[in-house]
Amino acid sequence: MSGNRLAWALSDAWVVTKYNLISVPRVPEMLVFLTIQPILFVVLFRYVFGGAIETPGLPYQDFLIPGIIVQTVAFGGITTGIGLAEDLQKGVIDRLRSLPMARFALLAGRTVADIGRNLFSIVLMVVVGFVVGFSFHDTTVLEILAGVVLMLLFGFAFSWIAALIGLSVPNAEVAQSAGFIWLFPLTFASSAFVPVDSMPDWLQAFADINPVTVCVNAVRELWLGVPAGDDILWTIVWSLGLLAIFAPLATARYRRTSRA
Amino acid sequence: MGKEAIEAVGVHKRFGDVEALRGIDLAVPTASVFALLGPNGAGKTTAVRILATLLRPDEGTITVEGFDVQRQAQEVRARIGLSGQYAAVNEALTGEENLEMVGRLYHLRRAEARARAHELLERFDLTDAARRPVKTYSGGMRRRLDLAAALVARPPVVFLDEPTTGLDPRSRLGMWDTIERLVGRGATVLLTTQYLEEADRLADGIAVIDQGRVIAEGTASELKTRVGGERVEVTTATPDDAPRAAEALRSIADGEVVVDPDTATVRVPVRGGSRSLMDAVRTLDAGTVDVADIGLRRPTLDDVFLALTGRSAEEVDEEREAA
Repeated sequence: MSGNRLAWALSDAWVVTKYNLISVPRVPEMLVFLTIQPILFVVLFRYVFGGAIETPGLPYQDFLIPGIIVQTVAFGGITTGIGLAEDLQKGVIDRLRSLPMARFALLAGRTVADIGRNLFSIVLMVVVGFVVGFSFHDTTVLEILAGVVLMLLFGFAFSWIAALIGLSVPNAEVAQSAGFIWLFPLTFASSAFVPVDSMPDWLQAFADINPVTVCVNAVRELWLGVPAGDDILWTIVWSLGLLAIFAPLATARYRRTSRA
Repeated sequence: MGKEAIEAVGVHKRFGDVEALRGIDLAVPTASVFALLGPNGAGKTTAVRILATLLRPDEGTITVEGFDVQRQAQEVRARIGLSGQYAAVNEALTGEENLEMVGRLYHLRRAEARARAHELLERFDLTDAARRPVKTYSGGMRRRLDLAAALVARPPVVFLDEPTTGLDPRSRLGMWDTIERLVGRGATVLLTTQYLEEADRLADGIAVIDQGRVIAEGTASELKTRVGGERVEVTTATPDDAPRAAEALRSIADGEVVVDPDTATVRVPVRGGSRSLMDAVRTLDAGTVDVADIGLRRPTLDDVFLALTGRSAEEVDEEREAA
């Protein structure tokens, strides 16, 4: 790819990102998904389950916040999946595919817009966390930011999975359920909400290798000083690995896909 | 020669067991309007999607503005505009933002994209709605915006897939005006339609498509000659009156007058449109024929089909559903 074409490709992706972010505040469902839902989750988990779940060495609100944020960013890509399924249904993808824009720009633009939305969610949930008693421990500003970047990378990888789902299903409703359904077991059978060693052995085995666990543990190390071995590194490996698989798959799907 | 804006030779496309296109040849001269006319499922949309680089043909070669749609797809994309039967616009963005975004993706500079968006919004009578999200637009407004989006980059070739399907009669007339003006500035337009009337009004050349094949090609008047052009149809009160009516109407006929005694109907080919109809009424009124019904019939897609295939477009639909 020549320098000029790469510059255009980046410009195309940026145009898609920009107009995507412009449209966010205008879609009520999106605003609820982005604001009310995370707030509700933090408050409910903190006060409904908080008293019943033992988290040795940490108050539950501190244990909870990294877990619930990782869950939220993993779910964040669903907006991309639903958006793509809608675009496909309405012929928007056909229009875009008939333009001289770079082939990966639509998907890159949308998933990068997810990063923007996820950043908003993270900041919001940390603020709500403070309100319900969360605090950072044994950390530095740099480590806090590293935690944020790590979660954005993790969420970015999940956005590409959602993109592939969105391009492979017949409509937005299916994109929504297909986007959510596999994320529930993945996010709940992890260290996000309860210590993994409270689970039965067979589930522990799954939870231990679950990328959500790996990412949550990494953020707990960065934000709360809870040692997590190589989980920071493994979070990066998981994220890049998922990207290496799903970004090309989704792009290939986009090239071929069109409303039948 | 060689000045065809769109040239397709031997295009085949199969979806599983369905042969959507079975060898389509097209040649559309630069700055002309060409219509693909056919019933639902004839392969019109598939053909447009292949010409617009959205689908790859299984066989055949196609050039648009001299570029191969398969090997030089990006060059083709920079020179075409596509507007489909759905309003492919972003609901949450305003009309202005939609056009600016498309302009930017055609690689216009920011200021240029903005100026072009304003120009088009004005031309398509959308200036008042320019800063409202598209979700507040009516169906007709969305389709106009969608067409505007196809024109943002002033493409030399424009594809319009059923541009008026689903529009009310007033919006349809507005769309026809717009398409006519589009041609005035020298663009090549390929449109698909199910309405002979639409192809007749807009297109210089028409290809009739049935079951993935071009079954007839020519100008609207050439096709109509094959089908039989417009005619006055008179149903008399009794079958006995029919021959007398036919006799009286021979003076205004442009061709052979046909009498169907079973239905007491007389068919009179004419050329003068509603003027001929009034002539017929006056002629019959002067005589002593009792008329049960009289009307002007223009050939429809159904007539074209009946003449070309021996089946009506409706039967074609039913066959497809049965298959």
